[in-house]
Amino acid sequence: MERRAFYRNGWLPWLLLAPQLILVLVFFYWPTSQALYWAFTLEQAWGGGNTWVGFDNFLAIFADNKYWATVGRSAFYAIAATGLSMAVALILAMFADRALSGTKLFQSVFVWPYAIAAPAAGVAFRFIFSPEAGLIGAVNQMWPGIWDPSTIGWHALAMVIICHAWLGIGYNFIFFLAALQMVPRSLSEAGAMDGARPFRRMLDLQLPLIAPTVFFLLIMNIISSFTDSFGLIDVMTEGGPIGATEVMVYKIYFDGFKGLDYSGAAAQSIVLMLLVISLTFVQFKWVERRVHYN
Amino acid sequence: MKNNMLLGAAVMVGASALMSASSLAATKFEFWYGLSGDLSERIQDMCKDFNASQSDYEIVCVSQETYENNLQNTIAAFRANKQPTIAQISDGGVVDLMLSGAYVPVRQLMEENGYKIDWSNYFSGIASYFSTSTGELLAMPFNNSTAVFYYNTDALKAVGFDGAPQTWEQVEDIARKLKAAGYECPIAFDPTGQWQWWEEFSAVHNQPIATKGNGFGGLDAEVTFNKGKFVEQLAWYKKMYDEGLLVNKSKAAGETANDAFVNAHCQMSSSSIADHGFIGKQAKEGMHWDVTMLPVWEGTERTNSFVGGAALWTLKGKSAEEYKGAAAFYNFIATPKQAEWWSTVTGYIPVTNTGYQAMVAKGFYDKAPYKGRELAIKSLTFTPPTEYTRGVRLGNFGAVRKEVQDAIQAVLFENKPVQQALDEAAERSNAILRKFEKTYPGAKLP
Repeated sequence: MERRAFYRNGWLPWLLLAPQLILVLVFFYWPTSQALYWAFTLEQAWGGGNTWVGFDNFLAIFADNKYWATVGRSAFYAIAATGLSMAVALILAMFADRALSGTKLFQSVFVWPYAIAAPAAGVAFRFIFSPEAGLIGAVNQMWPGIWDPSTIGWHALAMVIICHAWLGIGYNFIFFLAALQMVPRSLSEAGAMDGARPFRRMLDLQLPLIAPTVFFLLIMNIISSFTDSFGLIDVMTEGGPIGATEVMVYKIYFDGFKGLDYSGAAAQSIVLMLLVISLTFVQFKWVERRVHYN
Repeated sequence: MKNNMLLGAAVMVGASALMSASSLAATKFEFWYGLSGDLSERIQDMCKDFNASQSDYEIVCVSQETYENNLQNTIAAFRANKQPTIAQISDGGVVDLMLSGAYVPVRQLMEENGYKIDWSNYFSGIASYFSTSTGELLAMPFNNSTAVFYYNTDALKAVGFDGAPQTWEQVEDIARKLKAAGYECPIAFDPTGQWQWWEEFSAVHNQPIATKGNGFGGLDAEVTFNKGKFVEQLAWYKKMYDEGLLVNKSKAAGETANDAFVNAHCQMSSSSIADHGFIGKQAKEGMHWDVTMLPVWEGTERTNSFVGGAALWTLKGKSAEEYKGAAAFYNFIATPKQAEWWSTVTGYIPVTNTGYQAMVAKGFYDKAPYKGRELAIKSLTFTPPTEYTRGVRLGNFGAVRKEVQDAIQAVLFENKPVQQALDEAAERSNAILRKFEKTYPGAKLP
């Protein structure tokens, strides 16, 4: 049976929606339309005027090798951070689900990292991973020069990915735990009686049954790694040694605010928005087919 | 009855508050600057002094932490028509501002408000960066500096070198001797320091950074740093880095170059004269150090170095009263007493000839902690500015600087061939400049 809410007063639903609509209009649609306009023109920094150039800005960034390197780097960052974060969270959730004594404590503790603001975590991790002064930097005492995120690009990238994944573990953990606890105990017990070991039970029973949650978290994590990575990167590496940690969102900030190239940055942000939209679309179309809802 | 009394009392309080508020008729105007920490406190002191010295105007000084933040925030405020009257804009942000016409030339401002200023009193090496191509000042020079070379006299004496290193040959020799004597870090190298290691190097060796007089002559200038002496200089940095004589020091590496120098971890370093005060205060107990002009290669005819720091720009779109206040403020900070105070509490140098001479006459530069700062003036005025030492006037210069910074880092850390790195940086820089040119079609630099 379809359920609908009927309002006698025609204005009331709009009034109730108004705050949310205004927020979305002011903070999303207005800036986005402005960025769209700037992406097709050459905008002067102090706002004196602009010149229409059509698709020139887009062609310029697509012709730029460094831009494609940034896109590839962002994709790698997304996959690595998402995979790491979800894998660790899943394992922790599986352990916490087993209801052994003391798991209640872990259930609350594992969420805490999510409450930490990215810049704060960034500063802490930058110290931990610092080659000269940090805790991890102690390995440099034994093998000098083996860990140096200030000059070796992929060290810096690994450091930022690990930090981003760490921050996301709490969020993923809570969802995984909730999903696992919705799986009926009788199924796991039946599997155990048939001789399936915990690993087998996880692969064949639990994973397929929590698939909707996995799908949801996949989307959230990938979007977050494209857009929320800015705070972390700005605090930890500022784009890294020679651009090794420059992801798309950071390049937009740098080109726009430091390089004062507002039009190029606007074009890049339109491309990023389309990329994230299409990723979400792809996920809904193909990945959701394999998800079984009850 | 009681209600009436309470109401009456409230009305009285309200009325008296209103009356006292309207008697504070001083014109308020805002000044946004991009300094933080100790320097920010000094500016706050300066603003308090100005407000206390007269009652017609009240300046409100707001720190935006860094030059970049200040530029971004001022641009955003300008677009929203909420800009301050005075903004401190540094060398990198100048061209966009010039072409936008969003400022009131300082000469015009002072004339309209009846102040007579001797504009030739300002050191031409400082003024040229903020002037038209014909030498008319557009902004008020404020906190100006130049790049200098700091060295640890104890360490240099320990390897048998007396006095100040004047040439890069001497620096190399000292660095080798230091390394052999067991000093781990002869020279601290900040990988983001393209200002002192590239721009200022080019200035004192009279090397062009771009055609058309470093961009002063028009928006169609092209960069030329991939030709000329800087190519060899970068190769020399690479050689020194590989031998461990030039050591990477930055926040990301764990210690900035300045921190390394004050802790005597590194024995030589190059940065702004503005750090002279910081180094003096923070230097390790018992450490002896000194400052000298940037070294040059033997046989070079030294020319003046670029001015660094920022100037005060008056923005358009404010009321005549606020401009009067701004003019009064400029007049205030130009008084000899104020100028001397500013150069005492900070490492910045006096911007006028008479100001400098007055301080020399008083013996200001004769002893510590101020001895050595006069070398910055000497460096800035070594020769009258040539075609390539007036400054750099390139659009989106921040992005060009980043390209050079990336090239330097790629050469040092990723072993990229020097000429290839600089050629690629030059190509990308020229693309940036052409895009900037298209953004301002038909515009001419003042």
